[in-house]
Amino acid sequence: MAALTTDLHIAKQRRRLLNQAAITFLALFLLSVFLMPLGYGLVTSLKSQSQASDARAPILPTAVVTYTYEGETYDVFEVPYEGGVGKWALIRRGRANSDFIDTENPEAGLITWEGNWRALNQVREPSVEWSNYPRAWEQINFPRLLGNTLMYAGITLAGTLVASSMVAYGFARFRFPFKNLLFIILVSTIILPPQATLIPTYAFFVTTLGWGGTWLPLIVPQMFGNAYNVFLLRQYFMTIPREIEEAATVDGAGPFRIFISVILPQAAPALTAVALFHFFFAWNDFFGPLIYLAGNRSANPITVGLTEFNGLYNTEPQLILAASVISMVLPLAIFFMAQRVFIQGIVVTGVDK
Amino acid sequence: MDALSEIRNVRSEPRVGLREWFKLSPARQREARWGLLFISPWLIGFLLFYLVPMIASFIFSLMDFTLSAPEDARFNGLDNWRRMLFEDPNTWQSLGVTLKFALVSLPIGMGSAFLLAVLLNSKFLVGRSFFRTLFYAPSLIPGIASILIWAQVLNNSTGWVNRFIELFGITAIGPSGLRWLDDPNLIYIAYTFIGLWGIGNAMLINLAGLQGVPTELYEAAEIDGAGWWSRLRRITIPMVSPVIFYNLILSVVGLLQYFITPFVLNQGNGYPEGATRFYMINFYKQAFNFQNMGYGAALAWLMFIIALVITIALFISGRYWVYYAGEQK
Repeated sequence: MAALTTDLHIAKQRRRLLNQAAITFLALFLLSVFLMPLGYGLVTSLKSQSQASDARAPILPTAVVTYTYEGETYDVFEVPYEGGVGKWALIRRGRANSDFIDTENPEAGLITWEGNWRALNQVREPSVEWSNYPRAWEQINFPRLLGNTLMYAGITLAGTLVASSMVAYGFARFRFPFKNLLFIILVSTIILPPQATLIPTYAFFVTTLGWGGTWLPLIVPQMFGNAYNVFLLRQYFMTIPREIEEAATVDGAGPFRIFISVILPQAAPALTAVALFHFFFAWNDFFGPLIYLAGNRSANPITVGLTEFNGLYNTEPQLILAASVISMVLPLAIFFMAQRVFIQGIVVTGVDK
Repeated sequence: MDALSEIRNVRSEPRVGLREWFKLSPARQREARWGLLFISPWLIGFLLFYLVPMIASFIFSLMDFTLSAPEDARFNGLDNWRRMLFEDPNTWQSLGVTLKFALVSLPIGMGSAFLLAVLLNSKFLVGRSFFRTLFYAPSLIPGIASILIWAQVLNNSTGWVNRFIELFGITAIGPSGLRWLDDPNLIYIAYTFIGLWGIGNAMLINLAGLQGVPTELYEAAEIDGAGWWSRLRRITIPMVSPVIFYNLILSVVGLLQYFITPFVLNQGNGYPEGATRFYMINFYKQAFNFQNMGYGAALAWLMFIIALVITIALFISGRYWVYYAGEQK
C-alpha cells in the first residue's frame, strides 16, 4: 500500500515536470518569435549599406574581402581547383575563363581558371559597422530631437500631474452637484475618439492665435489634466483610509493642506505610475506634433524626426534601423528599471479585483 | 475595477442635483464648493478643449471653410454631409478598408493577447515574471521605430520572414513571392503583424483578470472531470468577460483612428491599390493637406457618431455575454 502511494506520487511529480518543461519551452519559443524583429533590427543596423540591401547576403554582419594587387583593389572569391578551394582575387573577368591571383601565394602569378566567375561565392569576413550609430545619430540630429521631446515630456508631465491629481481628489472625496454625470462624462472622453474636437482647436490655435509651428498647442491643453490619469489616481485615492484626513481636519488643516501634505505623499506609487505613463505617451506622441509643428522642422520630436528620416534615407535601411534602435533605448531602460510600478499601474487602471 | 465597470458603480451612488444642492446644510455646501474647486482644471479643460470644439466642429461641418482662405468661409447647409455620404466615394471606401482591416486584426490581436495571458498565468510556467516583462517590453518601443523595423523584417527580399519561409523550399522572395507590403491581399496581415508589438497592455489586463478568477471554481470543475478546454470555455472566458469587453471597446475605437502605420509607410497615399486608405488617412488628407476645415469637420463628426453607435451597440450586446460577478440577472 505504501509502495503504491509512492509510485503514484512519483508519477504525479513526473507529469508535473513534463508539463513544466512543455509550457516553459512553448513560452520560450513564442518569445523568440515575438522578439525576432528586434534581433533583426539590431543585426541589420550593424551591416554595411550594400549588405543590408542584398537579399543573398549572410544573416550576420560581414564584409566582402578585397585584395590589393599592383595598386588596384580586387574582390576575393572562393575558387575550387584540384588542390581544394582557394581564396583567389579576381583580376580579369571573362565569360569562359578568368584570371586570378592566389591571395595566399601571390608569387605564383596570374592563374587562369576555366569557368564562369559569376557562379563563385565572394569571400566574406565578419565586419561590424559600428559607425552606423554615430552616423544615424548625427544625420537625424538626435540631440535636438531628444531635447524637443524631453522639453515637451517634462513640461506637460508637471502640468498633468498637478491638475490630474487635484481633479482626482475632487472626484474621490467630495460630494457636489452632478458629480456622477461629470464622472461618466470624464470616463467617456477616455473611450470616444477625440478627432471631433480637433479641427476647431486646430483652426483656433493656428489661425486665431498664430501658434502653428510651436509646441504651445500641444502643451497648453495638457495643463488641465488628462481623463485617463484622473481615473487612475481617483481609484488610488479611494483606497487611502479617510481616518488620516479626519485626524488632519481635527488639527485644523483645510482641504488644500490635506491634499498636499496628507494625500499626495500617500499616493506616491500611483503618481509614479502616472508620471511613467505620461512620459511614454509624450515620447510616442505623433499626430499632434505632426499637424501643429508642420513647417518647423527644428521643433520636431523624435517620432516626427524618425518618420522624416525614413522618407529621406530609404536607400540606407541600416541607418533607419540604427536610428530606430537609438529611439528605443531610453524608454526601454526606464521600463526595465521601473517595471514593477509600471505594470501595477496598468493593472489598476484596467482591472483591480 | 476597469473604467467601464466603474460607470456601473457610480450610477448606483445617491445623486445630488442642483435642486437638492440648495437644500444642503452649510457644511455640505462648503464641501461641494471645495469639490468643484478641485475638479475645476478638468472642468475648464473639458469646456475649452472638448465641449466647445465639439459644438464648433458641428458648426464647421455646415460651412464651406478652407484655412487658406478663412475670409471666404460661408454656411452651405448640409452640403458637406451630402457630399460625404452620397457623392465622395472615398468615405465609404475608407470605411470599408477600416472594416476589412478590423476583421483581420481584431480577432488576431485580441486572441493573441488573451492566449498569451493564459500562457503567462499557467501554473506550470517557470519564470513567470521574466516572461511577463519580456512579452510586455516591445509595447514600449516607440510606435514609429517598431513600424520601421517590422517593415524591414517583412521586406520582400531582405526581410527575415521571407528568407525563413524560403528555407522550406517555398518561393517567398521575388515578384511572384510573398510581397507583404505591396500585395493588397497580404497588406492587412502584414499590418496586423506590425501591430502585435502593441498588445502588451491588453495582455496585462487579461492577465490581471485571469488572476482574479477564484481557484475554487477550477478545483470544483476538476473534481467534476472537466478538461482544459471546457474549463477555459465554461469558467475562464465567462469570468474574464468584463476584461474582454473592455479590451474590445478600446480596440474597436482605436481601430477607427488607425493612422500611424499607413502614414509612416506610405505617407497615406493608399498604396497598394488604395488598400491602406483608412478612414483617418482620408480625414487627415481632407483636413490638413487640403486644409478643408468644413469637410474635415463633417468627417470627424461622422467618425464620432460611428464610434458612439458601436460603443452603445457593444454595451447592449454586453448584457448578453458579459458576466459581472455579484450581479443578479
